Amino acid sequence: MTNTQDTEIDADEAAATRAPAARQAPGESPPSRPRGIGPFGWLRWGWRQLTTMRTALILLFLVALGAVPGSILPQRGQAPEKVAAYFADHKTVAPWFDRLSLFDVFAAPWFAAIYILLFVSLAGCVLPRAVKHYRSMRARPPAAPRNLGRLPQSESYETDASPEEVLAEARALLRKRRFRVDAEGDAVASEKGYLGETGNLVFHLALLALLFALGMGNLFGYRGNVVVTEGRTFANALSHYDQFTPGRAFDTDEMAPFSISLDKFSAKYEVSGDKRGQATDFQARLRYRDSPDSPERRYDLKVNHPLKAGGAKIYLINHGYAPTFTVRDAKGQVAYQDSVPFLPMETRTYTSEGVIKAPDAAPEQLAFYAILWPTAVASGDGKQIVSAFPDALRPVVTVSSFKGDIGLDSGAPQSVYKLEGIGKTLQPIKGGQKLLKPGETFTLPGGAGSITFDGLKQWTSLSINHDPGRIPALIAAILAVVGVAASFAVRRRRVWVRASAGKGGRTVVQVGGLTLGHPTAEFDDIVTALRGPRDAGKAPAADADEDGADAGPGAAERADAEPGTGSATEPKE
Amino acid sequence: MSSADLANLSDKLMLSTVVLYIVAMVAYAADLGFGRRRRAAVEAPAEARVLVGTDGEPVADAPPSGPQDAPAERPKADWVRLAVLLNVLGWGAHLGVLVSRGLAADRWPWANMYEFLTAIAFAAVTAYLVVLWRYKARFLGAFVMLAAVVALGVANIWLYNSVGPVVPALNSYWIAIHVTAAIIATGSFTVAGASTILYVLKARQEAKIAAAGGPAPSEDDAGFLARVPSSEALDRLALRVTMFAFPIWTAAIIMGAIWADEAWGRYWGWDPKEIWSFVTWIIYAAYLHARATAGWKGRKAAILSLVAFAALLFNFFGVNYMFSGLHSYA
Repeated sequence: MTNTQDTEIDADEAAATRAPAARQAPGESPPSRPRGIGPFGWLRWGWRQLTTMRTALILLFLVALGAVPGSILPQRGQAPEKVAAYFADHKTVAPWFDRLSLFDVFAAPWFAAIYILLFVSLAGCVLPRAVKHYRSMRARPPAAPRNLGRLPQSESYETDASPEEVLAEARALLRKRRFRVDAEGDAVASEKGYLGETGNLVFHLALLALLFALGMGNLFGYRGNVVVTEGRTFANALSHYDQFTPGRAFDTDEMAPFSISLDKFSAKYEVSGDKRGQATDFQARLRYRDSPDSPERRYDLKVNHPLKAGGAKIYLINHGYAPTFTVRDAKGQVAYQDSVPFLPMETRTYTSEGVIKAPDAAPEQLAFYAILWPTAVASGDGKQIVSAFPDALRPVVTVSSFKGDIGLDSGAPQSVYKLEGIGKTLQPIKGGQKLLKPGETFTLPGGAGSITFDGLKQWTSLSINHDPGRIPALIAAILAVVGVAASFAVRRRRVWVRASAGKGGRTVVQVGGLTLGHPTAEFDDIVTALRGPRDAGKAPAADADEDGADAGPGAAERADAEPGTGSATEPKE
Repeated sequence: MSSADLANLSDKLMLSTVVLYIVAMVAYAADLGFGRRRRAAVEAPAEARVLVGTDGEPVADAPPSGPQDAPAERPKADWVRLAVLLNVLGWGAHLGVLVSRGLAADRWPWANMYEFLTAIAFAAVTAYLVVLWRYKARFLGAFVMLAAVVALGVANIWLYNSVGPVVPALNSYWIAIHVTAAIIATGSFTVAGASTILYVLKARQEAKIAAAGGPAPSEDDAGFLARVPSSEALDRLALRVTMFAFPIWTAAIIMGAIWADEAWGRYWGWDPKEIWSFVTWIIYAAYLHARATAGWKGRKAAILSLVAFAALLFNFFGVNYMFSGLHSYA
């Protein structure tokens, strides 16, 4: 790669603490503009530029900046209806924003370009570093520098033991402390703490893996939404979804053939205090089969407790009321009989609205707009109805009747929650407003028909998805956290011990220590242990440094480019 | 005690906490303003010993840059001791606020904006007490107290919410894990932010002094900055705290994703809260990288750190009030 530093890290602490070598611009400082180097040279130059830390920083910043519009503008992936509303409100800028993919930021080509460049830059830095790290883990610990006294941590003392004894003891001691130990001549070299760099590499590689897992989920997965009313069954097939988003590479034939029946939905609410009406628990009692011929099982679906069926996960997302109505036409024939999902207008009281369409009514089609008051009470002034509680304690609906052409025959898609063409094709029936309790029937004026409020059911909105990237993403994410923690907590450190015969038959022992970052107390512990009880108390050991468990300092300095050498990180102009 | 009594106790303790923090802030400020001279005289030997003991550990209070030989005047008041005492008492009351609130509601006491912000302030004060204990970083006291008082003030004036149950989406053991991690990280980032702001100010002052070429101005001319350690030490303290908080923030985001997968059916959906957590994470990551890169370390890296902190604050306040998303409760 681009580094010109030898893999050997010398006693020079500075070399050990600078930014990763792969992130450094070439040390031989090529001319700022490559001249006459040909296309291959240009490629090399571009690759070096891409893998510098400066480029990585700029790309990181661009990713952050690029994500911001995704939170300011409505996004198609999350709220397509809000995007449509934005288009209606901002007729001039919306198309321009759309051209820049600002309503699909996270699927936009420019956003993809930024993060792909970032990840290429990351890979270009991390992969060579991983190779280098693997080699250095297998290489012998670096030989002892000539003068151990010049190291950041050093100690020397005399002992009666022979040099061989001292070195043997040092080897045993360092091995016991899980150093990698190498003996050569009159010295012992040892090194440990590879976990820091390993963690750093694992973190970065895990981010790459996370990106792939996300992509895999998007390509091969699917997600959909469906509203299921009590007493109904949903079979997992494309046509039964209200909304369905398949991954690009998802084959709809692969959909798991499970089915779900909703027996009962129940919600619990706070009944007193100033939080009265706040929901505290939702539960959907289900029966499901993994496939048509597998046994039927029960499941109580709750928020935070999804159901796994046939490789998909099923979530309870929303709920509401679905009053049941029977509509009879002018001839007295049943033109409509079903429960209709109503949408809540307000979650505190669950006052809900919905429409009933009876296109089969003759001679004229009938339609109704209705408001449901789950716990109907008179308002303060006694003139209006309000709902006092979200639970259906005293349900009442108010209906407004319309006749004419509903507009379903034209084939144009229509919302099931709205009436279209009121005042044009659909005319309000005079005196067609009525308040109904369950079981009551309202006979429309002029013999146009009747509507009966049969009772109340509830619906649930289920989200169903299949994401093959889920588990890989989880593993990658866990590795990333473990990696970043290890890289901040563990430092590489080296200890050398040299013993030689001194004056008067005594042995001079020199111990030197080098830690990436700040020195730790570990070195002093080692020296104390080496000197052993027989030398204890002779001379006070150098002041013990602060505790070695301190993750911060060393890691902090590890990230430090030492002044003087640091300029190598930047391409020279 | 009944739930209502406990809730009441929580609110009373909140008042005590705020009062104690305000007085502690004043005492810390007094220490920054005119506490040093006396200590320089009285404690100089002790400090010298500390410095030897920590072997050049620069964050452990650098020796006073001002005149060491100040006359040993009669101490007026030991501001810093008073400040730390009040601070610790306030911290105890603050802990009481959270515990009594949690007992009153019979759940983890961080399920709405009021409780969340109260807990973040608690985490920030705790993080400060830790750096005070480990690195003797008392110069941060006034700033952290100010941040805590502002946070608690905002929580009580605009975000107050009476004790109550949580919505079903929050009824999960993940609240103990995900939200706690977010609180610890945010509190620690606050301390790092305070240190970074001081760093920027101090570095500017040092640059000015270096440019003037003259000797360091006397303590009275240099203002409170003379009583904070060197810019290098501030920078390193900020980095240390950030390096503690960053992995926790990473974990908070990931555990949030796991929870989102359980509750909402997707682990990442670019909800505004998710976007801004991600943006914050990215900028802190950029800061950590910049800190290791020549040409970026120092002022540029510090500014990145402050931008990241601003994104963090925006994620808390801005996202909830400007955008609609799934994290509407916190």
